Order: sequence, then C-alpha cells, then structure tokens
Amino acid sequence: MDHVATIDPSPDFIGTARGKVGMWLFLISDALTFGALLCAYGALRMGASDWPVPAQVLDVPLTAFNTFILICSSLTMVKALSAIRHGDLKGMQKFLLLTALGGAIFLSIQAYEYHHLLGEGGLSLRNNLFCATFFSLTSFHGMHVLGGVIYLLIIFWRSTKGEFTIQNHHRVEIVGLYWHFVDLVWILVFTFVYLL
Amino acid sequence: MELTHEEPNYMKIFWWLLALTIVEVGVVYLHMPKIFMAAALIILALTKAFLVAWYFMHLRNEKVVLVAMVGLPMLLLIDLFFGLMPDVAHRFF
Repeated sequence: MDHVATIDPSPDFIGTARGKVGMWLFLISDALTFGALLCAYGALRMGASDWPVPAQVLDVPLTAFNTFILICSSLTMVKALSAIRHGDLKGMQKFLLLTALGGAIFLSIQAYEYHHLLGEGGLSLRNNLFCATFFSLTSFHGMHVLGGVIYLLIIFWRSTKGEFTIQNHHRVEIVGLYWHFVDLVWILVFTFVYLL
Repeated sequence: MELTHEEPNYMKIFWWLLALTIVEVGVVYLHMPKIFMAAALIILALTKAFLVAWYFMHLRNEKVVLVAMVGLPMLLLIDLFFGLMPDVAHRFF
C-alpha cells in the first residue's frame, strides 16, 4: 500500500488552492466575454451615424444608486470572508445574507428600469443599435447577478450544515471572487453604457 | 485558513469606490468637452476595477504566477479593441 502515499495529497496548483484557480480561470473567460461585448459596443457606437446621449434616455441617478448597492454588497462579501477567517460563523452568515440581499435589490431596480424603458420609454431590443447593445450588455450582467444571488444562497445553506470553519472556508472565498467580479464588470458597464 | 497576510482596510477601499463613483457621475453633468469627459471616465472606471480586483479579490496577496495568469489574457482585449478600431476610426480623421 506504499504507492498510496505517493499520490500527491496537495490540493494546490501553482501554489494556490485548486478551487480558487478554477474560479479564476472561469472569471478570465467571463472577462473576455464581457470584454468582447464591450468592444463590439464601442465599435458599433463609434461607427454609428447617430447615437443618443445615454444620460438623456436612461435614468443615471437611479443606476448610480444601483452601483452604490453593488459596491455595498462587495463590502459585505469581504466582511463575510473576514468573519469566518476569525471563526465568527454567525457573522459570516449575516454578511452572506446581506450580500445576497444587495444582489436582490440590484435586480429589483433593474427590473423596474427595464419595465419603465420597455413601457413608457418605448424602447425594445429591436429598435436600434443603442437598444440592442444596451439590453444585451445589461441583461447579460443581470443574469450574472441572478446566478450570484443563487450561488450565495447555496453557500449560506451549506454554512447552516456546518460546512465552514475557521480552517476550512475556501468556498466562501471562491463565491466572493465571483461576486466581486460581477461588481467589477458592473463598474465598467455603468461607465461605458450609462455615463459615456 | 492561513492568516499570513494582513487584511486590507476594506472600509477605506469602499469609501474610495464610493467617492470615485460620485466623481464619475459629477463628470457627466459638468458638460466638459467630450474627449476630456471620456478620458476622465475611462481612467476612473479602470481605477475602480483595479481596486476591486487588487483588494477585494485579494490579487495583491496571490502568487505572481496567478496574477500573470489573470492579467496576461486581458491584453487580448486591448488587441481586440485595436483590431476593431480601423473599421470605425476613419470617421474621426
């Protein structure tokens, strides 16, 4: 049975926990997808003969508030990780739920915004390039937020089963990476689609 | 797990992100020339994105090889951007 011991028990890859490397690899591919969408948006917009001023069509103050919500949820996410690193399970659970709540508020405001734009605003995906790129980019991001909220709730549910301890909380760190990435992408989408 | 790295001051990063967001929205309502507005917004957005990746995602505590693994593919986006530009840039010259 000696050969059993020769199997590398190390969970590490390039000096980092494998799960974390896996999430980073996924985020790289996701970043390139968002990057391609943003580059296509830039090329279409610069090539267009007329393009509305986004601030005159879209509700910038409302979306700025939504950006604020997402930044707050990023803060509660790092607080959740920090809590479990100090062995505070209850604190982690509280902050995980607050983070998921932030995501849910973001989605609610986005749903309200869509409802308003599609209804009174008279916009639709097929109107023009402005509408097509706007809805593609923001809805693709919105689906990421929805996925993130579900992901966070699954991690919360697992924490109630006693899965995470001060020694073992990699999955909390990994959900955090995903959540911060969604925040990071929104920072860029907000700037390029709403402000510029 | 390992507490080998000092935690960054998360609140400070949060206030920076908030302040830069307020500056961004302010820039839009300043009605400065389009080119300056665009440059300011892009710099501000990239700074915020960097703050999130570096401090909240703890890239600054990661091994150099992981940072390279994440950073180098992003260069492809610069490539993509400049690859698309010749098709539309003639409008500006």
